[in-house]
Amino acid sequence: MSYALRSYEYWLIVYRRIFKGTIASSILNPLLYLTAMGVGLGKVVNNGAHPLGVPYLDFVAPGLLAAVAMQVSTIESAFPVRGAVLWSKSYYAMLATPLRILDMLFGHLLYVATRAAMVTSVYLLIILFFGVLHSPLALLTIPIGVLLGLSFAGWVSALAIQAENDPFNPLFRFVIMPMFLFSGTFFPITRLPHGLRELAYATPLWNAVDFDRACTLGTLTLSRGLLHVAYFLVVISGGVVVAHRAYRKKLIK
Amino acid sequence: MDPLIHAQGLTKKFGDFTAVDGIDFAVQPGEAFGFLGPNGAGKSSTMRMIGCVSPPSGGSLRILGLDPVQDGAKIRARLGVVPQEDTLDMELTVHENLFVYGRYFGLSRKEVRERAKELLEFVQLSERASSKVQSLSGGMKRRLTIARALVNEPDVLLLDEPTTGLDPQARHLVWDRLFRLKQRGATLVLTTHYMDEAEQLCDRLVIMNNGKIAEEGHPLDLIRRLSTREVVELRFGGEPPQVEQETFNGQVARVETLPDRVLLYTDDGDALVPIAHERLHPQSVLVRRSTLEDVFLRLTGRTLID
Repeated sequence: MSYALRSYEYWLIVYRRIFKGTIASSILNPLLYLTAMGVGLGKVVNNGAHPLGVPYLDFVAPGLLAAVAMQVSTIESAFPVRGAVLWSKSYYAMLATPLRILDMLFGHLLYVATRAAMVTSVYLLIILFFGVLHSPLALLTIPIGVLLGLSFAGWVSALAIQAENDPFNPLFRFVIMPMFLFSGTFFPITRLPHGLRELAYATPLWNAVDFDRACTLGTLTLSRGLLHVAYFLVVISGGVVVAHRAYRKKLIK
Repeated sequence: MDPLIHAQGLTKKFGDFTAVDGIDFAVQPGEAFGFLGPNGAGKSSTMRMIGCVSPPSGGSLRILGLDPVQDGAKIRARLGVVPQEDTLDMELTVHENLFVYGRYFGLSRKEVRERAKELLEFVQLSERASSKVQSLSGGMKRRLTIARALVNEPDVLLLDEPTTGLDPQARHLVWDRLFRLKQRGATLVLTTHYMDEAEQLCDRLVIMNNGKIAEEGHPLDLIRRLSTREVVELRFGGEPPQVEQETFNGQVARVETLPDRVLLYTDDGDALVPIAHERLHPQSVLVRRSTLEDVFLRLTGRTLID
Protein backbone atom coordinates (compact mmCIF):
# COMPACT_ATOMS: atom_id res chain seq x y z
CA MET A 1 0.00 0.00 0.00
CA SER A 2 2.85 2.38 0.75
CA TYR A 3 3.84 2.09 -2.92
CA ALA A 4 0.35 3.19 -3.98
CA LEU A 5 0.75 6.24 -1.73
CA ARG A 6 3.75 7.29 -3.81
CA SER A 7 1.71 7.47 -6.99
CA TYR A 8 -1.14 9.09 -5.02
CA GLU A 9 1.29 11.85 -4.12
CA TYR A 10 1.93 12.49 -7.81
CA TRP A 11 -1.78 13.10 -8.42
CA LEU A 12 -1.96 15.43 -5.42
CA ILE A 13 0.98 17.46 -6.71
CA VAL A 14 -0.69 17.73 -10.10
CA TYR A 15 -3.96 18.72 -8.43
CA ARG A 16 -2.25 21.41 -6.38
CA ARG A 17 -1.62 23.24 -9.66
CA ILE A 18 -5.30 23.32 -10.66
CA PHE A 19 -6.79 23.56 -7.17
CA LYS A 20 -7.76 27.22 -7.43
CA GLY A 21 -9.60 26.65 -10.69
CA THR A 22 -11.69 23.84 -9.27
CA ILE A 23 -12.60 25.47 -5.96
CA ALA A 24 -14.62 28.25 -7.61
CA SER A 25 -16.69 25.84 -9.68
CA SER A 26 -17.27 23.48 -6.78
CA ILE A 27 -18.86 26.33 -4.80
CA LEU A 28 -20.64 28.12 -7.65
CA ASN A 29 -22.06 24.95 -9.19
CA PRO A 30 -24.16 23.94 -6.15
CA LEU A 31 -25.29 27.52 -5.52
CA LEU A 32 -26.60 27.87 -9.07
CA TYR A 33 -28.23 24.45 -9.19
CA LEU A 34 -29.86 24.73 -5.78
CA THR A 35 -31.22 28.16 -6.54
CA ALA A 36 -32.57 27.22 -9.97
CA MET A 37 -33.85 23.70 -9.22
CA GLY A 38 -34.66 23.86 -5.57
CA VAL A 39 -35.88 27.37 -5.06
CA GLY A 40 -37.16 28.20 -8.58
CA LEU A 41 -38.47 24.89 -9.88
CA GLY A 42 -39.47 23.95 -6.35
CA LYS A 43 -42.05 26.75 -6.27
CA VAL A 44 -43.79 25.16 -9.28
CA VAL A 45 -43.50 21.60 -7.99
CA ASN A 46 -44.61 22.28 -4.44
CA ASN A 47 -47.52 24.45 -5.53
CA GLY A 48 -48.75 24.94 -1.98
CA ALA A 49 -48.56 21.22 -1.12
CA HIS A 50 -45.69 18.68 -1.00
CA PRO A 51 -46.47 15.99 -3.57
CA LEU A 52 -43.13 14.25 -2.77
CA GLY A 53 -43.78 14.25 0.96
CA VAL A 54 -41.06 16.85 1.59
CA PRO A 55 -40.33 20.31 0.12
CA TYR A 56 -38.79 19.96 -3.36
CA LEU A 57 -35.53 21.59 -2.26
CA ASP A 58 -35.12 18.95 0.46
CA PHE A 59 -35.76 16.29 -2.16
CA VAL A 60 -33.45 17.55 -4.87
CA ALA A 61 -30.48 18.68 -2.73
CA PRO A 62 -29.24 15.15 -1.79
CA GLY A 63 -29.78 14.13 -5.41
CA LEU A 64 -27.48 16.90 -6.63
CA LEU A 65 -25.05 16.06 -3.84
CA ALA A 66 -24.64 12.55 -5.26
CA ALA A 67 -24.60 13.68 -8.88
CA VAL A 68 -21.67 16.04 -8.34
CA ALA A 69 -19.55 13.25 -6.87
CA MET A 70 -20.33 11.18 -9.96
CA GLN A 71 -19.39 13.97 -12.34
CA VAL A 72 -16.14 14.91 -10.65
CA SER A 73 -15.03 11.29 -10.23
CA THR A 74 -15.78 10.50 -13.86
CA ILE A 75 -13.86 13.50 -15.11
CA GLU A 76 -10.92 12.76 -12.80
CA SER A 77 -10.79 9.18 -14.07
CA ALA A 78 -11.17 10.09 -17.72
CA PHE A 79 -8.73 12.79 -18.81
CA PRO A 80 -5.93 12.34 -16.25
CA VAL A 81 -5.66 8.59 -16.91
CA ARG A 82 -5.72 9.00 -20.67
CA GLY A 83 -3.15 11.78 -20.31
CA ALA A 84 -0.89 9.64 -18.14
CA VAL A 85 -0.55 7.28 -21.10
CA LEU A 86 -0.88 9.55 -24.12
CA TRP A 87 0.18 13.08 -23.14
CA SER A 88 2.30 13.47 -20.01
CA LYS A 89 3.23 9.77 -20.17
CA SER A 90 3.56 9.88 -16.40
CA TYR A 91 2.46 6.24 -16.19
CA TYR A 92 5.50 5.30 -18.26
CA ALA A 93 7.66 7.33 -15.88
CA MET A 94 6.20 5.41 -12.92
CA LEU A 95 6.74 2.14 -14.74
CA ALA A 96 10.51 2.72 -14.68
CA THR A 97 10.48 2.89 -10.87
CA PRO A 98 9.70 0.28 -8.20
CA LEU A 99 5.97 1.02 -8.61
CA ARG A 100 3.92 -1.86 -9.98
CA ILE A 101 0.80 -1.63 -12.14
CA LEU A 102 -1.45 -2.22 -9.15
CA ASP A 103 0.30 0.59 -7.20
CA MET A 104 -0.34 2.96 -10.09
CA LEU A 105 -4.00 1.95 -10.25
CA PHE A 106 -4.59 2.18 -6.48
CA GLY A 107 -2.75 5.51 -6.26
CA HIS A 108 -5.14 6.97 -8.80
CA LEU A 109 -8.21 5.42 -7.13
CA LEU A 110 -7.12 7.00 -3.85
CA TYR A 111 -6.91 10.32 -5.63
CA VAL A 112 -10.42 9.94 -7.09
CA ALA A 113 -11.69 9.01 -3.61
CA THR A 114 -10.06 12.16 -2.26
CA ARG A 115 -11.64 14.35 -4.92
CA ALA A 116 -15.07 12.77 -4.37
CA ALA A 117 -14.78 13.38 -0.61
CA MET A 118 -13.67 16.98 -1.18
CA VAL A 119 -16.40 17.93 -3.58
CA THR A 120 -19.09 16.19 -1.48
CA SER A 121 -17.91 17.98 1.66
CA VAL A 122 -18.06 21.39 0.03
CA TYR A 123 -21.51 20.67 -1.41
CA LEU A 124 -22.72 19.36 1.93
CA LEU A 125 -21.57 22.51 3.68
CA ILE A 126 -23.45 24.65 1.19
CA ILE A 127 -26.73 22.74 1.37
CA LEU A 128 -26.46 22.94 5.14
CA PHE A 129 -27.09 26.67 4.74
CA PHE A 130 -30.14 25.96 2.58
CA GLY A 131 -31.58 24.23 5.66
CA VAL A 132 -32.25 20.88 4.01
CA LEU A 133 -30.23 18.59 6.31
CA HIS A 134 -32.57 16.99 8.81
CA SER A 135 -30.24 14.51 10.49
CA PRO A 136 -26.59 14.20 11.55
CA LEU A 137 -26.60 11.09 9.36
CA ALA A 138 -26.03 13.62 6.57
CA LEU A 139 -22.32 13.28 7.37
CA LEU A 140 -22.51 9.78 5.89
CA THR A 141 -23.00 11.33 2.47
CA ILE A 142 -19.22 11.96 2.37
CA PRO A 143 -18.24 8.26 2.46
CA ILE A 144 -21.20 7.55 0.18
CA GLY A 145 -19.75 10.07 -2.29
CA VAL A 146 -16.45 8.17 -2.09
CA LEU A 147 -18.16 4.84 -2.77
CA LEU A 148 -20.02 6.36 -5.70
CA GLY A 149 -16.85 7.95 -7.09
CA LEU A 150 -14.94 4.68 -6.86
CA SER A 151 -17.81 2.88 -8.59
CA PHE A 152 -17.07 4.97 -11.64
CA ALA A 153 -13.29 5.30 -11.28
CA GLY A 154 -12.25 1.76 -12.26
CA TRP A 155 -14.60 1.39 -15.20
CA VAL A 156 -13.89 4.85 -16.60
CA SER A 157 -10.09 4.43 -16.15
CA ALA A 158 -10.25 1.16 -18.06
CA LEU A 159 -12.07 2.92 -20.88
CA ALA A 160 -9.68 5.87 -20.78
CA ILE A 161 -6.58 3.73 -21.01
CA GLN A 162 -7.63 1.30 -23.72
CA ALA A 163 -9.93 3.21 -26.10
CA GLU A 164 -8.40 3.88 -29.51
CA ASN A 165 -10.20 7.17 -30.16
CA ASP A 166 -11.41 9.74 -27.67
CA PRO A 167 -14.13 7.81 -25.80
CA PHE A 168 -15.36 10.60 -23.56
CA ASN A 169 -17.96 12.36 -25.71
CA PRO A 170 -20.10 9.24 -26.03
CA LEU A 171 -19.47 8.43 -22.36
CA PHE A 172 -20.78 11.76 -21.15
CA ARG A 173 -23.58 12.01 -23.70
CA PHE A 174 -24.97 8.50 -23.49
CA VAL A 175 -24.06 7.32 -19.98
CA ILE A 176 -23.37 10.12 -17.54
CA MET A 177 -25.98 12.61 -18.76
CA PRO A 178 -28.93 10.15 -18.91
CA MET A 179 -27.90 8.79 -15.51
CA PHE A 180 -27.84 12.33 -14.14
CA LEU A 181 -31.39 12.96 -15.40
CA PHE A 182 -33.10 9.62 -14.76
CA SER A 183 -31.61 8.17 -11.56
CA GLY A 184 -33.90 9.78 -9.04
CA THR A 185 -31.93 13.00 -8.84
CA PHE A 186 -34.82 15.28 -9.87
CA PHE A 187 -37.88 13.02 -9.49
CA PRO A 188 -38.60 9.62 -7.91
CA ILE A 189 -37.84 6.78 -10.29
CA THR A 190 -41.19 5.20 -9.40
CA ARG A 191 -42.52 7.65 -12.00
CA LEU A 192 -40.47 5.91 -14.71
CA PRO A 193 -42.13 3.24 -16.87
CA HIS A 194 -41.27 -0.42 -16.20
CA GLY A 195 -37.96 -1.42 -17.71
CA LEU A 196 -36.46 2.01 -17.30
CA ARG A 197 -37.29 1.89 -13.62
CA GLU A 198 -35.41 -1.38 -13.14
CA LEU A 199 -32.53 0.01 -15.16
CA ALA A 200 -32.41 3.04 -12.85
CA TYR A 201 -32.28 0.76 -9.77
CA ALA A 202 -29.14 -0.82 -11.24
CA THR A 203 -27.25 2.47 -11.64
CA PRO A 204 -24.61 3.59 -9.13
CA LEU A 205 -26.11 7.07 -9.13
CA TRP A 206 -29.58 5.91 -8.03
CA ASN A 207 -28.01 3.87 -5.24
CA ALA A 208 -26.12 6.94 -4.03
CA VAL A 209 -29.09 9.32 -4.45
CA ASP A 210 -31.39 7.03 -2.50
CA PHE A 211 -28.74 6.45 0.18
CA ASP A 212 -27.93 10.18 0.46
CA ARG A 213 -31.57 11.17 0.57
CA ALA A 214 -32.31 8.70 3.38
CA CYS A 215 -29.37 10.20 5.29
CA THR A 216 -30.22 13.90 4.85
CA LEU A 217 -33.93 13.31 5.57
CA GLY A 218 -33.08 11.02 8.48
CA THR A 219 -35.13 8.07 7.18
CA LEU A 220 -32.23 5.61 6.76
CA THR A 221 -32.71 2.01 7.88
CA LEU A 222 -29.78 -0.33 8.53
CA SER A 223 -30.86 -2.95 5.99
CA ARG A 224 -31.29 -0.37 3.25
CA GLY A 225 -27.85 1.11 4.01
CA LEU A 226 -26.14 -2.28 3.98
CA LEU A 227 -27.80 -3.17 0.70
CA HIS A 228 -26.43 -0.01 -0.91
CA VAL A 229 -22.94 -0.60 0.52
CA ALA A 230 -22.96 -4.18 -0.79
CA TYR A 231 -24.04 -2.92 -4.22
CA PHE A 232 -21.17 -0.41 -4.31
CA LEU A 233 -18.58 -2.97 -3.22
CA VAL A 234 -19.58 -5.26 -6.09
CA VAL A 235 -19.43 -2.48 -8.69
CA ILE A 236 -16.11 -1.16 -7.33
CA SER A 237 -14.49 -4.63 -7.31
CA GLY A 238 -15.59 -5.21 -10.88
CA GLY A 239 -14.12 -1.86 -11.90
CA VAL A 240 -10.78 -2.59 -10.21
CA VAL A 241 -10.48 -5.96 -11.96
CA VAL A 242 -11.34 -4.49 -15.36
CA ALA A 243 -9.03 -1.50 -14.88
CA HIS A 244 -6.14 -3.68 -13.73
CA ARG A 245 -6.49 -5.80 -16.84
CA ALA A 246 -6.67 -2.71 -19.08
CA TYR A 247 -3.60 -1.13 -17.41
CA ARG A 248 -1.58 -4.32 -17.84
CA LYS A 249 -2.60 -4.72 -21.45
CA LYS A 250 -1.66 -1.15 -22.31
CA LEU A 251 1.52 -0.72 -20.28
CA ILE A 252 3.26 -4.12 -20.39
CA LYS A 253 4.37 -5.06 -23.88
CA MET B 1 33.52 -10.11 -11.10
CA ASP B 2 29.94 -11.12 -11.84
CA PRO B 3 28.33 -9.17 -14.68
CA LEU B 4 25.60 -6.69 -13.69
CA ILE B 5 23.52 -7.71 -16.67
CA HIS B 6 23.75 -11.10 -18.29
CA ALA B 7 21.68 -12.25 -21.27
CA GLN B 8 21.75 -15.61 -23.01
CA GLY B 9 19.64 -16.37 -26.04
CA LEU B 10 17.48 -13.38 -25.11
CA THR B 11 14.44 -13.15 -27.40
CA LYS B 12 11.48 -10.78 -27.75
CA LYS B 13 8.56 -11.52 -30.01
CA PHE B 14 5.50 -9.40 -30.77
CA GLY B 15 3.07 -11.85 -32.37
CA ASP B 16 4.85 -13.23 -35.45
CA PHE B 17 7.48 -10.51 -35.43
CA THR B 18 10.79 -11.25 -33.72
CA ALA B 19 12.25 -7.97 -32.47
CA VAL B 20 15.17 -9.52 -30.57
CA ASP B 21 16.43 -12.82 -31.88
CA GLY B 22 18.44 -14.78 -29.33
CA ILE B 23 21.21 -12.38 -28.28
CA ASP B 24 24.02 -12.96 -25.75
CA PHE B 25 25.78 -10.18 -23.91
CA ALA B 26 27.15 -9.27 -20.49
CA VAL B 27 27.66 -5.85 -18.93
CA GLN B 28 30.43 -5.56 -16.33
CA PRO B 29 30.40 -3.12 -13.41
CA GLY B 30 31.82 0.28 -14.28
CA GLU B 31 31.75 -0.09 -18.04
CA ALA B 32 29.89 1.90 -20.65
CA PHE B 33 28.20 -0.62 -22.87
CA GLY B 34 26.48 0.30 -26.11
CA PHE B 35 23.94 -1.15 -28.51
CA LEU B 36 24.60 0.37 -31.92
CA GLY B 37 22.24 -0.20 -34.79
CA PRO B 38 19.68 1.36 -37.13
CA ASN B 39 16.05 1.98 -36.18
CA GLY B 40 14.21 -1.32 -35.83
CA ALA B 41 17.34 -3.34 -34.99
CA GLY B 42 15.91 -4.43 -31.63
CA LYS B 43 17.86 -2.03 -29.39
CA SER B 44 14.88 -0.46 -27.65
CA SER B 45 13.14 -3.79 -27.15
CA THR B 46 16.33 -5.04 -25.49
CA MET B 47 16.48 -1.95 -23.30
CA ARG B 48 12.85 -2.37 -22.24
CA MET B 49 13.56 -5.95 -21.21
CA ILE B 50 16.57 -4.79 -19.18
CA GLY B 51 14.36 -2.08 -17.67
CA CYS B 52 11.94 -4.81 -16.49
CA VAL B 53 8.95 -3.30 -18.25
CA SER B 54 8.77 -5.89 -21.02
CA PRO B 55 8.92 -9.60 -20.20
CA PRO B 56 11.33 -11.61 -22.40
CA SER B 57 9.74 -14.14 -24.78
CA GLY B 58 12.67 -16.52 -24.47
CA GLY B 59 16.24 -17.06 -23.29
CA SER B 60 17.59 -15.97 -19.94
CA LEU B 61 18.18 -12.52 -18.52
CA ARG B 62 19.68 -11.72 -15.11
CA ILE B 63 19.99 -8.16 -13.88
CA LEU B 64 21.95 -7.44 -10.69
CA GLY B 65 21.76 -11.20 -10.12
CA LEU B 66 17.93 -11.12 -10.11
CA ASP B 67 15.20 -12.31 -12.44
CA PRO B 68 13.37 -9.39 -14.13
CA VAL B 69 10.00 -11.16 -14.19
CA GLN B 70 10.06 -12.25 -10.54
CA ASP B 71 11.90 -9.29 -9.04
CA GLY B 72 11.05 -6.46 -11.45
CA ALA B 73 10.26 -3.91 -8.74
CA LYS B 74 13.40 -4.79 -6.77
CA ILE B 75 15.59 -4.41 -9.87
CA ARG B 76 13.92 -1.19 -11.00
CA ALA B 77 14.64 0.30 -7.58
CA ARG B 78 18.35 0.08 -8.50
CA LEU B 79 18.15 1.20 -12.13
CA GLY B 80 18.10 4.68 -13.61
CA VAL B 81 16.18 4.92 -16.86
CA VAL B 82 16.44 7.59 -19.55
CA PRO B 83 13.74 6.54 -22.04
CA GLN B 84 13.82 7.33 -25.72
CA GLU B 85 10.78 9.60 -25.43
CA ASP B 86 10.70 12.07 -22.55
CA THR B 87 8.17 11.12 -19.88
CA LEU B 88 8.40 14.40 -17.98
CA ASP B 89 5.23 16.07 -16.77
CA MET B 90 5.05 19.30 -18.78
CA GLU B 91 2.58 20.92 -16.36
CA LEU B 92 4.88 20.51 -13.37
CA THR B 93 8.05 22.42 -12.63
CA VAL B 94 11.57 21.08 -13.04
CA HIS B 95 11.88 20.60 -9.30
CA GLU B 96 8.44 18.99 -8.96
CA ASN B 97 9.33 16.46 -11.65
CA LEU B 98 12.46 15.47 -9.76
CA PHE B 99 10.69 15.51 -6.41
CA VAL B 100 7.81 13.27 -7.37
CA TYR B 101 10.14 10.84 -9.15
CA GLY B 102 12.40 10.57 -6.12
CA ARG B 103 9.34 9.87 -4.01
CA TYR B 104 8.44 6.92 -6.29
CA PHE B 105 11.68 5.37 -5.01
CA GLY B 106 10.62 5.89 -1.43
CA LEU B 107 13.09 8.68 -0.62
CA SER B 108 12.09 10.98 2.23
CA ARG B 109 11.10 14.54 1.37
CA LYS B 110 14.32 15.85 2.89
CA GLU B 111 16.51 13.38 1.00
CA VAL B 112 14.85 14.04 -2.30
CA ARG B 113 15.14 17.81 -1.86
CA GLU B 114 18.87 17.54 -1.18
CA ARG B 115 19.44 15.25 -4.14
CA ALA B 116 17.32 17.39 -6.43
CA LYS B 117 19.52 20.37 -5.59
CA GLU B 118 22.76 18.48 -6.32
CA LEU B 119 21.41 16.89 -9.48
CA LEU B 120 20.09 20.15 -10.91
CA GLU B 121 23.54 21.61 -10.37
CA PHE B 122 25.08 18.60 -12.08
CA VAL B 123 22.92 18.98 -15.19
CA GLN B 124 23.20 22.79 -15.09
CA LEU B 125 19.51 23.45 -14.54
CA SER B 126 19.57 25.01 -11.05
CA GLU B 127 18.31 28.32 -12.36
CA ARG B 128 15.34 26.65 -14.00
CA ALA B 129 14.22 24.73 -10.89
CA SER B 130 10.89 26.52 -10.66
CA SER B 131 10.19 26.76 -14.40
CA LYS B 132 7.50 24.61 -15.91
CA VAL B 133 9.04 21.80 -17.97
CA GLN B 134 6.96 23.00 -20.91
CA SER B 135 9.24 26.02 -21.25
CA LEU B 136 12.50 24.02 -21.47
CA SER B 137 14.40 23.34 -24.70
CA GLY B 138 14.81 19.78 -25.94
CA GLY B 139 18.36 19.57 -24.59
CA MET B 140 17.30 20.84 -21.16
CA LYS B 141 14.52 18.27 -21.01
CA ARG B 142 17.00 15.52 -21.80
CA ARG B 143 19.33 16.76 -19.06
CA LEU B 144 16.42 16.86 -16.63
CA THR B 145 15.52 13.30 -17.60
CA ILE B 146 19.12 12.28 -16.88
CA ALA B 147 19.03 14.04 -13.51
CA ARG B 148 15.77 12.29 -12.73
CA ALA B 149 17.24 8.90 -13.62
CA LEU B 150 20.06 9.54 -11.11
CA VAL B 151 17.80 10.46 -8.20
CA ASN B 152 17.88 6.95 -6.69
CA GLU B 153 21.69 6.67 -7.09
CA PRO B 154 21.28 3.75 -9.49
CA ASP B 155 23.74 0.88 -9.94
CA VAL B 156 23.14 0.97 -13.69
CA LEU B 157 22.03 3.86 -15.88
CA LEU B 158 20.03 2.84 -18.98
CA LEU B 159 19.98 5.41 -21.78
CA ASP B 160 17.81 4.75 -24.83
CA GLU B 161 19.01 7.04 -27.64
CA PRO B 162 20.01 9.79 -25.21
CA THR B 163 20.70 12.47 -27.82
CA THR B 164 18.34 11.63 -30.67
CA GLY B 165 16.59 14.76 -31.88
CA LEU B 166 18.98 17.21 -30.20
CA ASP B 167 20.99 19.87 -31.99
CA PRO B 168 24.80 19.44 -31.99
CA GLN B 169 25.41 21.86 -29.12
CA ALA B 170 22.79 20.23 -26.90
CA ARG B 171 24.21 16.81 -27.74
CA HIS B 172 27.67 17.86 -26.63
CA LEU B 173 26.29 19.11 -23.31
CA VAL B 174 24.58 15.75 -22.73
CA TRP B 175 27.72 13.83 -23.74
CA ASP B 176 29.80 15.94 -21.39
CA ARG B 177 27.53 15.03 -18.43
CA LEU B 178 27.52 11.35 -19.37
CA PHE B 179 31.28 11.41 -19.69
CA ARG B 180 31.54 12.77 -16.16
CA LEU B 181 29.31 10.00 -14.87
CA LYS B 182 31.58 7.51 -16.59
CA GLN B 183 34.63 9.02 -14.93
CA ARG B 184 32.94 8.61 -11.56
CA GLY B 185 32.69 4.89 -12.27
CA ALA B 186 29.01 4.67 -13.19
CA THR B 187 27.83 1.73 -15.27
CA LEU B 188 26.14 2.99 -18.43
CA VAL B 189 24.13 1.00 -20.93
CA LEU B 190 23.08 2.96 -23.96
CA THR B 191 21.55 2.51 -27.37
CA THR B 192 22.34 4.79 -30.24
CA HIS B 193 22.32 4.99 -34.00
CA TYR B 194 24.98 7.68 -33.94
CA MET B 195 28.42 6.23 -34.48
CA ASP B 196 30.14 9.28 -32.99
CA GLU B 197 28.12 8.86 -29.82
CA ALA B 198 29.08 5.20 -29.61
CA GLU B 199 32.75 6.00 -30.27
CA GLN B 200 32.87 8.74 -27.67
CA LEU B 201 31.02 7.05 -24.86
CA CYS B 202 31.28 3.27 -25.15
CA ASP B 203 34.06 1.11 -23.75
CA ARG B 204 32.49 -1.83 -25.47
CA LEU B 205 29.60 -2.19 -27.84
CA VAL B 206 27.58 -4.65 -29.84
CA ILE B 207 26.37 -3.91 -33.33
CA MET B 208 22.77 -5.00 -33.78
CA ASN B 209 20.93 -5.66 -36.99
CA ASN B 210 17.56 -7.39 -37.52
CA GLY B 211 17.34 -8.43 -33.88
CA LYS B 212 20.73 -10.11 -33.86
CA ILE B 213 24.20 -9.14 -32.66
CA ALA B 214 26.51 -8.86 -35.66
CA GLU B 215 29.78 -8.00 -33.85
CA GLU B 216 31.08 -7.10 -30.45
CA GLY B 217 34.12 -5.19 -29.26
CA HIS B 218 35.77 -1.90 -28.37
CA PRO B 219 34.86 0.75 -30.97
CA LEU B 220 38.45 1.28 -32.15
CA ASP B 221 39.17 -2.46 -32.21
CA LEU B 222 36.10 -3.03 -34.33
CA ILE B 223 37.23 -0.36 -36.77
CA ARG B 224 40.75 -1.76 -36.91
CA ARG B 225 39.51 -5.29 -37.32
CA LEU B 226 36.69 -4.78 -39.74
CA SER B 227 37.63 -1.74 -41.77
CA THR B 228 40.70 -0.08 -43.26
CA ARG B 229 42.45 2.91 -41.76
CA GLU B 230 41.05 5.40 -44.25
CA VAL B 231 38.15 5.83 -46.61
CA VAL B 232 37.97 7.81 -49.83
CA GLU B 233 34.48 9.09 -50.63
CA LEU B 234 33.74 9.87 -54.26
CA ARG B 235 30.68 11.84 -55.34
CA PHE B 236 29.55 12.15 -58.93
CA GLY B 237 26.67 14.65 -58.99
CA GLY B 238 24.25 11.92 -59.97
CA GLU B 239 24.17 8.16 -59.86
CA PRO B 240 27.70 6.84 -59.29
CA PRO B 241 29.29 4.66 -61.97
CA GLN B 242 30.32 1.03 -61.46
CA VAL B 243 33.79 1.15 -59.83
CA GLU B 244 36.01 -1.92 -59.95
CA GLN B 245 38.51 -2.74 -57.22
CA GLU B 246 41.11 -3.56 -59.89
CA THR B 247 41.14 0.05 -61.07
CA PHE B 248 43.43 0.89 -58.15
CA ASN B 249 46.12 -1.76 -58.59
CA GLY B 250 45.53 -3.58 -55.32
CA GLN B 251 45.55 -0.43 -53.16
CA VAL B 252 41.85 -0.72 -52.39
CA ALA B 253 40.70 -3.43 -50.00
CA ARG B 254 36.98 -3.01 -50.70
CA VAL B 255 34.59 -0.88 -52.69
CA GLU B 256 31.09 0.06 -51.48
CA THR B 257 28.64 1.68 -53.88
CA LEU B 258 25.90 3.68 -52.15
CA PRO B 259 23.05 5.51 -53.89
CA ASP B 260 24.84 8.87 -53.64
CA ARG B 261 28.56 8.01 -53.42
CA VAL B 262 31.29 5.39 -53.79
CA LEU B 263 33.49 4.44 -50.81
CA LEU B 264 37.02 3.15 -51.35
CA TYR B 265 38.53 1.37 -48.33
CA THR B 266 42.28 1.78 -48.17
CA ASP B 267 45.19 2.29 -45.81
CA ASP B 268 46.47 5.35 -47.67
CA GLY B 269 43.70 7.60 -48.94
CA ASP B 270 45.87 10.42 -50.25
CA ALA B 271 47.67 8.08 -52.61
CA LEU B 272 44.36 7.22 -54.28
CA VAL B 273 43.16 10.77 -54.89
CA PRO B 274 45.11 11.44 -58.12
CA ILE B 275 44.20 8.02 -59.55
CA ALA B 276 40.55 8.53 -58.73
CA HIS B 277 40.52 11.95 -60.41
CA GLU B 278 42.27 10.69 -63.50
CA ARG B 279 40.26 7.53 -64.09
CA LEU B 280 36.77 8.21 -62.67
CA HIS B 281 36.32 12.01 -62.94
CA PRO B 282 34.31 12.42 -59.72
CA GLN B 283 32.72 15.73 -58.81
CA SER B 284 34.31 15.66 -55.34
CA VAL B 285 36.76 13.54 -53.38
CA LEU B 286 37.00 13.31 -49.57
CA VAL B 287 39.55 11.38 -47.55
CA ARG B 288 38.55 10.49 -43.99
CA ARG B 289 39.25 7.97 -41.24
CA SER B 290 37.16 4.84 -40.94
CA THR B 291 34.32 4.99 -38.43
CA LEU B 292 31.82 2.58 -36.94
CA GLU B 293 29.53 3.53 -39.80
CA ASP B 294 31.96 1.73 -42.13
CA VAL B 295 32.07 -1.28 -39.83
CA PHE B 296 28.32 -1.35 -39.86
CA LEU B 297 28.17 -1.08 -43.63
CA ARG B 298 30.61 -3.95 -43.95
CA LEU B 299 28.62 -6.15 -41.59
CA THR B 300 25.12 -5.45 -42.83
CA GLY B 301 25.37 -3.81 -46.24
CA ARG B 302 23.25 -0.97 -44.83
CA THR B 303 23.96 2.53 -43.56
CA LEU B 304 23.02 3.40 -40.00
CA ILE B 305 20.85 6.39 -40.77
CA ASP B 306 18.74 5.97 -43.89
